[in-house]
Amino acid sequence: MQPTFSSSRILLPVRPWFIFLSLIAAVLLNFLPTAHWPAMPDWVALVLCFWSVREFRRVGMGWAFILGLLMDVADGSVLGQHCFAYVLLAYVSTAASRRLLWFPLAQQALQVMPLLLGAQLVQALMRLAVGAEFPGLTYFIGPLIGALLWIPATFILLLPQYQPVEQDPDRPI
Amino acid sequence: MAGIDHAPPPFFKRGPAPLALLTFYIAISLAVFVLDLRFRSLNLLRQSIALLVDPVQRVAQTPGSLVDYANNYLQGLQALQQENNALKHAQLNTAPNLQRLLQLEVENERLRKLLSVKEREKANGQVAQILYTARDPFSRKVIVDKGQQSGIVAGQPAIDEAGVVGQVTRVFPFSAEITLITDKDQAVPVQIVRSGQRSVVFGLGNGQLELRYMPANADVQEGDILVTSGLDGIYLPGFPVAKVINIERDSAYSFARIFCVPVAGVENFGEIMVLDPRQPLPPAPPESASRESGTDKMTVRQKNRAKKSN
Repeated sequence: MQPTFSSSRILLPVRPWFIFLSLIAAVLLNFLPTAHWPAMPDWVALVLCFWSVREFRRVGMGWAFILGLLMDVADGSVLGQHCFAYVLLAYVSTAASRRLLWFPLAQQALQVMPLLLGAQLVQALMRLAVGAEFPGLTYFIGPLIGALLWIPATFILLLPQYQPVEQDPDRPI
Repeated sequence: MAGIDHAPPPFFKRGPAPLALLTFYIAISLAVFVLDLRFRSLNLLRQSIALLVDPVQRVAQTPGSLVDYANNYLQGLQALQQENNALKHAQLNTAPNLQRLLQLEVENERLRKLLSVKEREKANGQVAQILYTARDPFSRKVIVDKGQQSGIVAGQPAIDEAGVVGQVTRVFPFSAEITLITDKDQAVPVQIVRSGQRSVVFGLGNGQLELRYMPANADVQEGDILVTSGLDGIYLPGFPVAKVINIERDSAYSFARIFCVPVAGVENFGEIMVLDPRQPLPPAPPESASRESGTDKMTVRQKNRAKKSN
């Protein structure tokens, strides 16, 4: 049973260290050599978006800014480029979080797609405005893949919050 | 249900409103963007973050390099023997020129002294290994394994066995970033070997280079080799940079469009040589007032662009 709008499953409270760990793992995934393959999603954007939807009191624009700085330095891009995009992404996904979680997973993914695409588009516009080369349309396929990955990401990132199936019959929760 | 929080919402201590926070962070991001791009004044911040990020990045690259290593290891005796034979053959081919090089250099030095011309600078440098390509899809940069620890400074040119690869643009404690000559608007002052004409070649960003501001009737042919002219005080003269592959002469424009491909294996991985910085050029003579007219604007702008990219 999965935590969808129709499910009655109640999740355990999230552990802060798990949020931290998943964000670090996303940064590591971005550092892998596979990041140069065409149409690879931005893992940090995906995980950041996920936590700002689920736990907007813990992960927000502050985290987005710090992760953005890290990615800027690691990418060798202009400082502030990822910061700007991630902060915007965190803000918009926090604003959308109350509505988003009422939809089934597939529809959530559909609604996350414009957010991820927007984060990528903002970066492209920032760089093109100051005279960089156009990276090609594959650059914009990454967010689409990222939106599809929203469904597995939900299962994986919520895994530690699922309660054991056999429950005490005396206690309803 | 997922939307319900377990901790009670903090009624009294809520911090700044989200919109205020957003404005704050966006303002900082934009300020940082402009400071880094236009004034390049955030190098210390970048270096300190890089000190944290760089080791992690190297660790993340290990699976790929392990695969490479295994491939090399399992390549087989025969392939290695073939390569060895080919290399010996190539060495023998270059031997007649190389063996007389020392004598030629001494002779050149003596003749230059006779003519009282300044001596040629010797090209020394240090070998560096390319670690990985920068992930930024908007530019063409690679990271090498030598940095401030090895005395690398920004501006040093990098070559491989065939020609110029790029230029060191940022230096970190244990690594350095090299901007390839094919990066958009990366400029290299060059000279056409056949005609001796000087110009500046710019990267196009798509793996090719373009020789700009050459008149439509300029003496350029397909197959011409461009070498560094050495006028910039950064690149030593005579290193091959690019080869002309396509010329579009359109009478509607005053300049020909001349496309070139790099001679060096710019997109290859492997070892490159980072050349030591050149000795400073002698001071330029004062410019006469009469020459400062409209005709010279173009060359001045060219020089400025070349300088900026350095």
